Parts: sequence; structure tokens; C-alpha cells
Amino acid sequence: MARSPSDTGGLALRLYVAGSAPNSVRAIANLRALCEEHFAAATTVEIVDLLQEPERALADGILVTPTLLKLSPPPTRRVVGNLSDASKVLLTLVGT
Amino acid sequence: MKAKKVQPAVLTKCATGIQGFDEITRGGLPEGRTTLVMGAAGCGKTVFALQSVVNGARLRKEAAIFVAFEESSRQIVVNAATFGWDLPHLEHSKLFFLDARLSPDIVTVGEFDLAGMLAVLGAKAKEINARRIVFDGIDVLLRLLDNPSAERIEIYRIRDWLAETGLSGIMTLKVGLPETDQHYAFLQFMVDCVITLRQQVVDGSAFRTLRVVKYRGSGFSADEFPISLTDQAMQVTNRGPIELVYPVSDERVSSGIPRLDKMLRGGYHRGSNVLISGAPGTAKSTLAGLFAAAACRRGERTLYVSFDEGPQQIVRNLGSVGVTLGRHLKSGILRMYSTRTRGPNVEDQFSDLRARVLAFAPRCLVIDPLSALSTKLAHVASADAAQQFLDYLKGEGITVVNTSLLDGIQTSEATSAGISTVADTWIHLSYVANEGERNRALTIVKSRGTGHSNQVRELTLSDEGVTLTDVFTAQGKVLMGVARWEWEQHERATEKRATEATDLNRLQLELAQAEAVARKKVVEVEMEARRAEIAVLSHATGSASRLLSADRAILRTMRHADEDPGARRTRASVAKKARAPRKS
Repeated sequence: MARSPSDTGGLALRLYVAGSAPNSVRAIANLRALCEEHFAAATTVEIVDLLQEPERALADGILVTPTLLKLSPPPTRRVVGNLSDASKVLLTLVGT
Repeated sequence: MKAKKVQPAVLTKCATGIQGFDEITRGGLPEGRTTLVMGAAGCGKTVFALQSVVNGARLRKEAAIFVAFEESSRQIVVNAATFGWDLPHLEHSKLFFLDARLSPDIVTVGEFDLAGMLAVLGAKAKEINARRIVFDGIDVLLRLLDNPSAERIEIYRIRDWLAETGLSGIMTLKVGLPETDQHYAFLQFMVDCVITLRQQVVDGSAFRTLRVVKYRGSGFSADEFPISLTDQAMQVTNRGPIELVYPVSDERVSSGIPRLDKMLRGGYHRGSNVLISGAPGTAKSTLAGLFAAAACRRGERTLYVSFDEGPQQIVRNLGSVGVTLGRHLKSGILRMYSTRTRGPNVEDQFSDLRARVLAFAPRCLVIDPLSALSTKLAHVASADAAQQFLDYLKGEGITVVNTSLLDGIQTSEATSAGISTVADTWIHLSYVANEGERNRALTIVKSRGTGHSNQVRELTLSDEGVTLTDVFTAQGKVLMGVARWEWEQHERATEKRATEATDLNRLQLELAQAEAVARKKVVEVEMEARRAEIAVLSHATGSASRLLSADRAILRTMRHADEDPGARRTRASVAKKARAPRKS
């Protein structure tokens, strides 16, 4: 492995969900497990409920839920889906 | 009072405002339901969807949301500007564009759904009070789902959401490849209305068509209809209503030539369709120009459409035969539009013309020559377009004069163009070549609803103008030009000779009569003379016999002869006899 996940300090994520829709609930759980297992405490995760704040979703161009945004460090990334495949999510967030 | 939210029992429709489409669907798209527009790239799916929401916003003040999966909203605004739609203005109040392009760096991990998107759109729809929504390029989104059952679920989700919110939805779907067509077949079962757009290339020219495949709860015409995409946006060419209902007028409008008006018993019918056919150079344009000039003089707005000849050139040429159009152009009552004939697809040209007619609202129209288009009418679709355009003009009560390049009255030729059957009045111009010259002849081939002269007339052009002259027929030939002049001279001489002969004859007869009268007088006088002679003669005879008897008596007295009773009796009868003639 080129880099250890703990190297990625300052990771900022935002997860858009649609209330308690099954995929959204699953995504929240999957992301929590992922963070606990692989990322340091420095990681910030914001969960936005699209049903509550639709204008924020519009501003971010979110259409499908759930959608995970990697805001920093660059490059920014966008992952849609319930994040069921942890290794694929990891690769997207920390891989080159 | 609160309005009851009860679904209407009858399907209501919302007009798209797309020329022709609302007619074939008898009102437009189903209200509060989903319509699927399918077609390959470049068929006009986006234009169709955008045009219907723009029309709704502009004409019916209905707000709409446009979700673009393929193009950026900025691109769409720029593209729409070519159709003359001021989207930035509409965007403020009536149109909301959602740029829903999926960024290329997107990664899919696990299942997802459109609940979020619909929540966002629902909020927006409430905010701007939207009535319609477009999902442009739904295939992009479906491809992302990459799972047939998920696709189905999400489409149902959209459909149910539309029914809930009462929005009328249009989804556009790119198809074209057989495998994708197969893949999206389920979509057609799920929606209420399916429209397919198609583009095909025939003889190197593109033809676009539209077909309504399905329309739940409504009658519709399932034929394929030609469409045109010009700067007037999309127009669907339909054949118009099945029943022909036109306003009919008994009013006559002048053809611009008094003699021709007389031949037509007063001129063309207002709102009729006049065809002037003829070989090149037979003054078809001149006749059309005369009609236009006469219309302008009456104060009627006139549109002169010409092909492959510029307006200045037409004005100059018509000026040479005394038809002045320049001042009408200046006053604005006449508008000239010159264009080039393009490819075999005349659909676009007709829709262009229709737009110009709509914009200028003329009472009279000249298309010179219509055959510039009609020669390309081999395609059924295009022939329909011509017919439909002429139908449209008739419905508007616009009097139209078309010229057509025809070398002879060959009905097959004229009918293939399909124009001669539509034409109400058909005037044919031809050359009659005789004794080394060509002269123009005018015939009225047909004129519906009006008695007309069936005689051939000679058409003469000069600096002063255009006139019609009677033609002479001699020895089974029609005489024109110099031949006619010669014939006229000849006729005049013959007539003169005949008159002189008659005069002479009369004189001779008068002489004979005078002689007879004179002779009668002579006879009368002679008779008088004879009568006199007779009278004299009889008188003389009576005297003589009286004398004789008197003499005898005297003699007897003188001789003292004794009375002879026989002689006395004789004497008395003689005396009696002598008295008789005197009595008469």
C-alpha cells in the first residue's frame, strides 16, 4: 500500500440523504463504520437531509440520494449509492 | 371557497403551442401525466420539450421546471435564443432550469434512488407554482442506475410523484441503437403518452418526422408527420382537419388586368388560390406583379415571395412593363421576401413562409414561382407540406397567386405537383410560334365557381403595360403579333372593297328605280291623252249622225215630202241613239 488511511488528515466529507429512505439509512451506517475503521478523528462528516434543506442540495447539484461529497483535500470526489462496498469507497476517497 | 381536489373524470390536456401538434393530439399533452419523447440524437427531443414549456410560460403564464441531464442550462439558454426565445427573461419568473449533468468523476457504490431529487424539485415546484416539468435525457440517469429493476422502480417513482403533484411531465429518452431500444421498451408501457421522433436521410436530405405512438384515454392520429426545425422552432406538418371548412367569399379582387377581370367575370375570388403556369418568359411574374400592384393600390397588405431572384431585380423588371412596386415597398404595404430554393426537404421552407405570413398578416400573397418548391415535391411528405400551406392560406382568407413553370398543360406534370387540384383558378400562358415569331397566349384552364371566357387571348407587353387582345383564328390557326396585324389589314381592305361594291350597287338600283318611276309617269300621261282622244272621237261621231238626220228633215221639209210613217219611226230611234253617248 502506498499510503496508510491515517495519513489523510483533514478529510472533509458531506453526505446527502433523503430522510429515512432505506438507501439513505444504509449509507449513513456504512459511512460511520468506514470512518471508525479507517479514518482519524480529524475527519469531519456532515450529514445533510435533503428533505429538510433542498436549497443546499440544489446549490451542490445533488440529484440522487444518497450522495457523498469529498470536499477536501483535493481532488473533490462524488460518490452516489448506499456505500455498500467499503473498499471501493476507500479507493475513491483516498486513492489517486 | 376551497376548490375541491377531485381528479377530473375527463382527461384534460395542456396545449404545447407547437404548430400542428396540438391538432393531431386533439389538444396537446395529457395534463398531470407523463409523456415520453423518444428519438435518436438530433431529432428535436429537447426542442419539443423546451418549446412546450416555453409556450406554456409565455402564452398561458404557466411556470415550469426543466431538468437537463445532458446539456448545461447555459447551453440550453444559448440554443433557445436561436428560436427567438428570451429564456433569461422567463427564467426570472416562469422557468427554472436545473443543471443535472452528472459529473464525470462520479462513482457509484451501491444502490441509490431519486427520492432526493424529487424532494428538491417538489419544493421548487411549490415555490414557483410550476405546472409542467421536463426531464431531458432521462436515459443518462437510468444508465447510472445500471440495473433494470432499479430503473423501473425509479420511473414509477417519477410517475407517482407527477400524479401526486399534478405536474404534467415530459421525459425525453435517447434511443436509436437496437439494444437500448429493447432495454427501454418497458418505459413505453409505463407512461401515458409516447411520441417518437425520427430523422431519415433521403437523397442526401434530412427529413424529420414525428409520430404519436400511444396516448392513453385520447384519440389521436398515429401517422408519421413531417416536422420542421427552423428559427421558428418546431412545427409539425399535418394535413389539417379532415373536414374542409373555409370561409367562402363572393368578393372579387382584380387580377390587375381589366380584360382578364372581364374574362373571369369580375376577377379572382377573394381568398382563392390562383395558379399561373407557363413556359419560361411567358410573363408569369408580370401577371403576378400586376396582381400585387393592384392589391397595394386597394390598400391591402401584400407579401411577394420569390425564389432565386432578388427583390430589386423583380421591381426593376416589372417597372419595365409599367408595373410600379417601388412606392408600395416604401410605404410598407408591400413586403418582398426573396430566398433560395434549398434541398429537397421543402418542409422547412413552408414553415418559414407560414411564419412570415403570420408575422406580416397579408391579404394577398404571391409565390413566384411555387414550382421552385413543387419540382421537389416528389416526396409525399413535401407534397403534403405544399397542400397544407395552401390550405392554411385559404383558411386565413388570403388570396394567393402562385406561378408555376410548366412547359405545357400536361395534367400529369401538374398533378404530380399536386397544386393544380388545389388551385381554384388556373391560368396558362403559352407561346404560339407562327411565321417566325413567338407570341404570348393566355388561356383560363379552369376557374372554380365562376363563369369564364374559354377563348385564347394574346398577351402583349409594352412600356405602357400589359393588355389582352383578341386573337384571330384563320385557316384553323390562331393568329398573333404581326400575323394578326396583317390579318387585320387584310380584313380591313376586304371590308372596304365590300362597302364600295355595295355603294355602287345601291346607286345602280336607285337609278333603275328612278327610271321606273319616270316610265310610270310617261305611261300615265299617255293614258290621259288617249282617254281625251277617245272622248273627242265619240263626241264627233254623235254630232255627225244628228246632223245627218237633221239635215234629212230639213231636206224633207224643204222638199215638202209627205210623211212616211216608217221614216218617222226611224228618225226617232236615230235621235234617241244620238242622245245616248252624250249622257255618258
